Amino acid sequence: MIEVHELTKRYGSKTAVDGLSFTVRPGIVTGFLGPNGAGKSTTMRMILGLDRPTSGIATVNGRAYADHPAALHEVGSLLEARVVHTGRSAYHHLLAMAATTGIPASRVAEVIDIVGLHEVSRKRAGGFSLGMGQRLGIASALLGDPKTLILDEPVNGLDPEGILWIRNLMQGLAADGRTVFVSSHLMNEMAVTAEHLIVVGKGRLIADRPVDEFIAQASPSTVRVRSPQAATLHHLLAAPDVTITSIDRNVFEVAGLSADQIGERAAAAGLILHELSPKKPSLEEAFMALTHDAVEYTATAARPLAAAGKAA
Amino acid sequence: MSILAAHRREVTSDRLRVTQLRVIRSEWIKFWSLRSTVVTLAAAVLVFVGIGLLAASMSASGNLDGDAPRNPIDLSLAGRDFAQLIVGTLGVLFMAGEYSTGMIRSSLTAVPRRVGVLWGKTVVFAGVTFSLMLASALIAFLGGQQIMGDSGVLLSDPGAVRAILGSAGYLTGAGLLGLALGALLRSIPAAISVYFGAMFLLAGIAELLLPDSWRDNIGPYLPEAAGAAMGSVSTRGDNDLTSWAGLLVFLAYLAAVGGAAAWRLKRTDA
Repeated sequence: MIEVHELTKRYGSKTAVDGLSFTVRPGIVTGFLGPNGAGKSTTMRMILGLDRPTSGIATVNGRAYADHPAALHEVGSLLEARVVHTGRSAYHHLLAMAATTGIPASRVAEVIDIVGLHEVSRKRAGGFSLGMGQRLGIASALLGDPKTLILDEPVNGLDPEGILWIRNLMQGLAADGRTVFVSSHLMNEMAVTAEHLIVVGKGRLIADRPVDEFIAQASPSTVRVRSPQAATLHHLLAAPDVTITSIDRNVFEVAGLSADQIGERAAAAGLILHELSPKKPSLEEAFMALTHDAVEYTATAARPLAAAGKAA
Repeated sequence: MSILAAHRREVTSDRLRVTQLRVIRSEWIKFWSLRSTVVTLAAAVLVFVGIGLLAASMSASGNLDGDAPRNPIDLSLAGRDFAQLIVGTLGVLFMAGEYSTGMIRSSLTAVPRRVGVLWGKTVVFAGVTFSLMLASALIAFLGGQQIMGDSGVLLSDPGAVRAILGSAGYLTGAGLLGLALGALLRSIPAAISVYFGAMFLLAGIAELLLPDSWRDNIGPYLPEAAGAAMGSVSTRGDNDLTSWAGLLVFLAYLAAVGGAAAWRLKRTDA
């Protein structure tokens, strides 16, 4: 269980994290979502005691991270930043980490096997590819057999096979009853991995709810209808709480009615349907709608040069 | 798997905890698992012994200028001044290398109380450096006296053991100063610049800028002079510190920089 209460971090006049409060529960994968620069990494670093909050507190299983006598056994972490000496082998890196807490060397060999780095574990970590580095990071996170995992952008640099592997790993750890808190800016990845989402933008909490609810609430689902009798069908379905948007001559989208309802009414009126497909909004769209106002760097349409010239 | 993992947790959680002894073991692993550390350390040994033997053989063949120190003990330990460059650099690398590579974040998530990492590094570095430099000093002394033949002295001669221990102690202190500067400045180039400045430029600047009366009083207290007093037999000036005074002055420098480094490590974001 991770509890964050009124957490704030300011760098000079810039506020990276702004009064953030949330709870991450054990047993499920909780996604930590937000555009780049939203304060995800800073929040995670504060939970891990690497950065000192300007105000507010963060605890893991009831205690500040630094107050745990065996932090590696309590919390396993993967940071987005570089965390390994490039001149040291993966094996010795893990061995040195394990030694601090009395974790036996046999566990080092174990995590190296779990992440599939056996062949290269004696090679300098500086020569590792992005994906191998990420696997070494996962190995460090698992080293202490921790009850809580905090992973910052774990799929970065992994190939599709690696992404699938880490998705299964995270879900397995959660099914074990552990707390799994994972950040990402990839919404679709979170849609298939996480069960619960905490969404931030510009350091503030935007949403804290289950993934399904998040999608449903962010934008209503619509039904795409194609029919040679589109105009007649339009009239039939029209109602105050129903929105109909024409897409093509024979195609339109309906919001406010389910596909079942539309199909039944069309059948009752003897109208022909060529297509009747419910359209779920993707997590991506839901996220864009939610964070639209909270994006740090928005690309603005360039003003045409000629117009600018005239205005001047 | 879940039952097994839970069981294992029950069994081991009492034994899993961070202790200073374990952090020292971790730093020991870190120290020896970098090729750069081992190579630098070997270079310090070679330079310390090699230059001492070279100076001894030049003295034996009468090739030394009139100004050079003639004391056979100091001659055989002449490599110390060069070795301090290498040992100081090693100290900087051992600590500031964690910042330049990002390793410090791993170290501090494992040891979130933080200062234990600095003490662990200090113990490992001091232990390894002192042992190796003591052995090097002994080899340089014995070899040098052998080469100088009749003009050489014995280990039982007054000042010999003190010079050997003092040289090893000074080189250890110089390395620790580099380590503390690395922790304080968190940057290899910055820490090496300050280290070289403190050890070599400071004396020159004092020579240039201070009036004579001040220079004589301040000069012996500069880091390099105070450190050298620990391991030298012949004197450089009238106001030279004794070995013990030199040790105390150098320890004061170490405590000041080390204290500031510990404070910064504890207080600021990693």
